[in-house]
Parts: sequence; C-alpha cells; structure tokens
Amino acid sequence: MKATGGNASGRQATAAPFAIELRGISKAFGPVQANKEIAIQVAKGSIHGIIGENGAGKSTLMSILYGFYKADAGEILINGRPTVIPDSQAAIRAGIGMVFQHFKLVQNFTVLENVILGAEDGALLRPSLAKARKVLGELAEEYELDVDPDAVIEELSVGHQQRVEILKALYRHADILILDEPTGVLTPAEADHLFRILRNLKEQGKTVILITHKLREIMEITDTVSVMRRGEMTATVRTAGTSPEELAELMVGRKVLLHVPKGEARPGRTVLEVKDLRVRDDDGVERLKGISLSIRAGEILGIAGVAGNGQSELLQVLGGIARGTGAVILNGESLDLTGKHSDGQSRRRRGISHVPEDRQRLGMIMDFTAWENMAFGYHNDPAYQKNAILMDNDAILTDAKGKMERFDVRPPIPTLPAKSFSGGNQQKIILAREIERNPDLLLVGQPTRGVDIGAIEFIHKRIVELRDAGKAVLLVSVELDEIMSLADRIAVMFDGRIMGERDPATTNERELGLLMAGVTGDTAR
Amino acid sequence: MTRLPRWADLVLVPFISLALAGIISAIVILAIGQSPWEALRTMVTGSVGSAYAWGYTLYYATSFMFTGLAVTVAFHGSLFNIGGEGQAQLGGLGVALVCLALPWPHWTLALPVAMVAGAIFGAAWAAVPAYLQARRGSHIVITTIMFNYIGAALIIYLLVNVLKPAGQMDPATARFPAGTALPTLSDLPLLSLIFDKKVPANVTLFVALIACWLVWLILWRTRLGYEIRAFGKSEPAAIYAGISPFKVTMIAMLISGALAGLMSINNVMGESGRLLQNSSEGAGFIGIAVALMGRNHPIGVFLAAILFGMLYQGGAEIGLWTSIPIELRTVVQGLVILFTGALDQMVRMILGIFFRPRRMEAA
Repeated sequence: MKATGGNASGRQATAAPFAIELRGISKAFGPVQANKEIAIQVAKGSIHGIIGENGAGKSTLMSILYGFYKADAGEILINGRPTVIPDSQAAIRAGIGMVFQHFKLVQNFTVLENVILGAEDGALLRPSLAKARKVLGELAEEYELDVDPDAVIEELSVGHQQRVEILKALYRHADILILDEPTGVLTPAEADHLFRILRNLKEQGKTVILITHKLREIMEITDTVSVMRRGEMTATVRTAGTSPEELAELMVGRKVLLHVPKGEARPGRTVLEVKDLRVRDDDGVERLKGISLSIRAGEILGIAGVAGNGQSELLQVLGGIARGTGAVILNGESLDLTGKHSDGQSRRRRGISHVPEDRQRLGMIMDFTAWENMAFGYHNDPAYQKNAILMDNDAILTDAKGKMERFDVRPPIPTLPAKSFSGGNQQKIILAREIERNPDLLLVGQPTRGVDIGAIEFIHKRIVELRDAGKAVLLVSVELDEIMSLADRIAVMFDGRIMGERDPATTNERELGLLMAGVTGDTAR
Repeated sequence: MTRLPRWADLVLVPFISLALAGIISAIVILAIGQSPWEALRTMVTGSVGSAYAWGYTLYYATSFMFTGLAVTVAFHGSLFNIGGEGQAQLGGLGVALVCLALPWPHWTLALPVAMVAGAIFGAAWAAVPAYLQARRGSHIVITTIMFNYIGAALIIYLLVNVLKPAGQMDPATARFPAGTALPTLSDLPLLSLIFDKKVPANVTLFVALIACWLVWLILWRTRLGYEIRAFGKSEPAAIYAGISPFKVTMIAMLISGALAGLMSINNVMGESGRLLQNSSEGAGFIGIAVALMGRNHPIGVFLAAILFGMLYQGGAEIGLWTSIPIELRTVVQGLVILFTGALDQMVRMILGIFFRPRRMEAA
C-alpha cells in the first residue's frame, strides 16, 4: 500500500476510496448475535443513513466503529486503509467524530471549555482557549454552527448543545461524523437547522452517518441508506430510489401500516373540561399557566409541543400525580386538584386511566414481574382480593395472562420481571392494563417513545379503537407525525400555555412547528 | 452485571463470603499466636455440639430473627432502619412495665399483653423518625441512629431514677413476678427430652417463627406488602399508582419498630426476668447483618439468624475455654458482616466470571 502519510490524505476525485468500509463485522454478546457479517461502504462526502428497530444492532455497530467494543470478526477500512480501533482515542485519530444521543458535555463549563476538554494543547489553558475561539469562529461561519463560545452549557437550548457536540468533533479534525438519533430532542425548526448543518458538512467533503428510526429524516437528508434487522444488514439502497413503505418493510420484515387508518371521529358529550389550570413545580415555578381545553367522548385530542413545555405537568395533574389550581370537570363533576381525593387512586375510581410518559420510572416497577405490574395502580380492585386481608395472586396472574395475550406482549410469560421485556412490550403491558379498564378518559404520554415500528402500529390501532368505543383520549407526544396521524384535534403547547388549536386535516408541520416555537397569530399562517 | 443462577445466588455466595470471613479470622487468630483450629473447634462444639449449646444458639437466634425481620420490612420500603437497638430497648421497657404492673398468675396471660406492649413501645420509638422522614425528609438513617442514643439514655434515666427499687444497687428494675417467667425449651414437654439441662432459649422462639411467616405473608400476599414493595422500588411509580408515600413510610416503620420491640420478650421477659440497661446487647445492629445476609427474605433471615446465633454463642465459648480474648468474637462477627453484607457484590462479581458472562446489550 502506498503510504500517503498524515491524517487527512488528499481527496482524489477519481476512484476515491470509501470514507468507511466495513467488511464482515460480527459481534456477539453471549448467545446474542448483535452484529452478523455486516458490510457497508460509505462514499466520501455523502450522508449515509442507518435505520433499524431498537435492538437491530445499530448502536453496537457504531460502538465498534468508535472503539467501545471490539468486533469478534471483520475489518474496518478508513479511507481505504485497514484501521484498528481499540478505543475512542484511536477513533478520533482516524478522523471519526461521534455525537451521542445523550450529550457528553460538562454542564457548568462554557462552550469553549467543553470544546477543548481532552484536546488541550498543553498544561496552560489560555493558548488552547484562544486557538479554540478562533477555530470556532471559522467553523461557525463555514457550517452555520453559531454558538456563543462563552455561554455556559446548562443555559443553552438542546439544539445548541448538540451543535457544541458537533463542534467538539470538528475541532478534533473529524472527517467522518456519526450522529446517533440526533433529532429526538429537537423542535422541527431545530431539526431543520441541523439538517442544513449536515448538508454544509457534506458539501465541504465531510462524511456523515446518521443513525435514526425516523423514516422521514432518512428520506429527507440521506444519499444512501442501510437497513438493519436483527443484527443483519438487510439492504443498502439509494435513498432516491426507495420509499418509506419499502424501508419500513425492510426494517420489520413484513408490511407495516405507517398511518393507522381511522374513520371520522363521532364526538359525543363532553367528557373532560379543563378551565384555567395552573401547576407549580417544587421550586415554585409555574409550569402550567392557565390551560383550558375540553375533550368529548369518541375523540382524540393531541397535545403537540417540544418536551418540557408543560405537557408532562398536564398529564400529571390530571393523573393525580401533581397538584394544581383551576377547575377540571370530568363527566359533569369536578375533580379534586389539591385535597384528599387528588391522588392516583381517586382518579382511577373516577374513570381516568393514565399511560405515563416515562413508562420505566412511573408506569411500572421494573423489578416486579409482569403480572404484578398488571395490577399496579389497581391493586385495590376487589376482583384481585381473596378476602379482607389477602390478595388473590392467582386471579391477578390469570387476568395478566389474558391481557398479555390480547395485547400481543412478547414473550407472553407473566412471571418474567418487567425489566426483561423490550421497551415496546413494556409499553404494551401498561397499555393493556390501562385500556382494558375501559376508562372514560385515557391519558397517554409518548405512547411510542422507544418503541419499534411494528409495535407502534399495534399501539396506534388500540388507541383508535378506544376512541371508536366512545372514549375520550388525551394524547401527548413530541412526535409530530404521531399527533398528525392520531389526533382529531391538535392543541399546541408552549411555555405552559396552549398556543392554539388546529385541525389535523388542514394544518401542516410548518404551522405546528411555529406554534411549538411560541410564534403565534398571523405570523404562523 | 452477570446474573447468577438462583442456587449460586442463594447458597454459593453466602457460603463463599463466610469462607472468606473464616480465612481472614484464622489469619487474625494466627497473628495473635493462637491456633485457629482450636478456635474453630471450640466455636462449633460450643454453639452446635450439644443440645445445651443449641439452647444458647437458639436463644440468640430468636433475638436476631426479630431484629432481622425488623430491618427486612423497612428495607422493602427502601427505609434503612438502623434504630433496631433503641426500638428493642424501648420494647423492653414496655415488656417490663407490663410484667411489673400485675402479679401475673400465669405466663400465658402475661405473654400476649407483654407482646402488645413491647410492640407498641418499639413502634412508638420508630414512629418519630418515620414521621420526620415522611413529612420533613430528615434522613431515617441519621434519625434512627440518634434515637438509639436517646433511647439508651432514657432507659438509664428511668432505671436509675424511677424504676429501680429502693435499696437496690444496680440500675435495673425489680425482678418480675414468677407468673411472667416464660418456659424454656427444657421446660416444654417432648423438647425437654432433648434439652435436659436448663437453657435460655424459650417459647419466644416459636413467636419468632410465626413472625417470620407473618412477615412473608404481609410482604408478598397483602395489599400493604404490595404497596411497601412498590414504594421501596420506585417512589415516583408508587405516587403514579396512587400509593401514599407518607402512609407507606409510617406503616413500614411502625411494623419494623414493633418487630424490634418484640425481641424483648425473649431477653427481658424470657431470660433476665428484669429490665437491665443495654438489654438488647447489640442485637439491633446484628439484625442489619442478618437481614443483609438473609437477602431480606424471612427464610433467609431465619437461616442467617441461626448462623449469627452460632457466632455469638461460639464466640462466647472461645472467650470462656481458650486463651483467645472474647473480643475476638466481635472481630469474627465484623468480618462476617463485612463479607456477607458489604463485600457481597465483590463475591458476586468474581463468581460472575465463572458463570459465563452473558451480557445482553441493547444494540
């Protein structure tokens, strides 16, 4: 092989080697084959998407590329040269930069300090900081990566924090940038900006690998896309020559309905009426600043918004977790918002079921078995008691078995601990528990967060079924797609207020996106 | 973290921990110029070598079962009750007051009332830290430790200034009436065939066994136990389910304190027949080790209590029959606690290597 020397060798236009080429990468964790004979070629200066369900092996593959895991077999070629990557330092030296889903930034350091962290030039910080300031200025201009270098991380928005992560990688001379689920926490506008940055990077000859489970993003920005399923690379196709439906099918291995068909809503009487609802958090900060809304029977009201704008508090106060002020009227009778009957037990008795946003922290006890979790919140149900003192565990077990079968929980073994189920199946356990109570009002938060495409279809179907059975549903989701396809009416929340209500048939993502960013009135049209 | 097979988890890990504690103990004994073999022999024969020895081992084990269960119940509600010592001593006060209040005609009448009093006094001593935790967020570990000292001081004050009969020299109550004396194992029909000499183990042992069963029943078969365990695993989830953290904290601690207080029918009523200062003799603290080693399950607590009973009794024998100082008992116990409790995970980790690492990584 010809020794070209240096990190960034020349970029010949003709017969350029691939930026990254993986040959026969395999990795097993015990009996689980996370990666099987993976082969990819990513052309220099392109955006390559890797898509697949949870557990398909995407993250393992990227961890191998970044030196976190060692592959059992296979070869990595960077710019045509076989490269061994034993640790992340080696990955950085090979020109690979990684932007993780969960940022690795020091919260109380400034942007500049974070960027040089681990890449200081010497014992003294001043020269490194000065150099970084200059480089950051150049990068900002070149790629629309503008961030105030002296801002402290914790004061930055999520979108800006992500830019710092990208800057960190570029400061370390990354030619290949890997982003793991980068848009999960971004508003549509922030996501658009990120995509502009990625396109700029591509134009400057950088190679981008985008790991995501969102088909829309793949279609929008990538040049080529690889689909992973159960540790195998099932296909690599040119994005222009494929469709979301085809990709979904490749991911799941069967035909998937991306949008659950639903008929016209037939709204009946008003089930829930909320007037001027206010909630303060433990620090006394007002999180809900006077919410008013109503939901009728047989209707799904979707609450759109960027995470952290009061949606969680709305669910919590209605579900009996948080206290609030104002008026909430359910079936014509007001709910206790502060007193003795403002707890979860009282809410359940009144016919409110709640599928919480954070299923692992709130919705279930991870160490309990599936059957114990099936009674969670309803453990006082007379049907679950043997007598005045003892619970009827057999009755709960039998009941749980039926629910798990009807909701297609896999594996359908009620004696397994909840933590050993996948995210989608945990969610099905909670949905089974809450939906089969046949509530008048179902509160659902992020029903499909971290859930596989196949299970999403199932979950959406069940929610629509409940609506068609004449129940009211309050759906909170940060996934606009989900809101658009499920909701009969959409309310957008921003900063603890409802910015406006839209009809999903006549609105579009741009309009909702502006409302989510707090832009209201005529400018939103 | 590797998941061990169940048998390894329940049997092998404690066994290896014990063996390690034994090895270090042996080294310590060697270092002070004594024979570890001699010590081990004395310990084993002195604690389980005869019915007489068993009579002492079971006496200690009875106390440890109560305090071990006390720690277990609180632990399932994620409350670390270090206050067993104080709760047991206050329980002793309750037992003593009942025993001294009436000229009890027969122990069958005195025992139930003494149990109720011991439980109530123990529970009351746990109630204050529980309330402070549930309402004010004062950490239960700190407050229960403080209440151990307050309890000990209170008992000494009462013994010296209130309860001591006139003319008595030592700070203790009067002797309880004869009608409160609990039958020992050597007094009971059939068992007296085995225990032919007078032993301290008494009918309280059976109360302790019933308590083990009741604790299991409460934790795994009642709504209350369900709520305690759910709260202990995740407070946010418990609130979501409408479980009141205040209620669960209070009830779990009251049960815990009551169990610790119940211990006093064994030592105060059954053994000494009067209330002395420091009546619990560290059983409250040993209960923590017992619960840890017993994996917070009543069956485990039962087995661990017997093991610690052996250590306690065997250690006393070492002090009695060999030239090894009795303080070594504390060293051995300390090592057992260190290995079975604190270093439990270390043993587990090392064992994990042998049980083929099976990492189920989410890819």
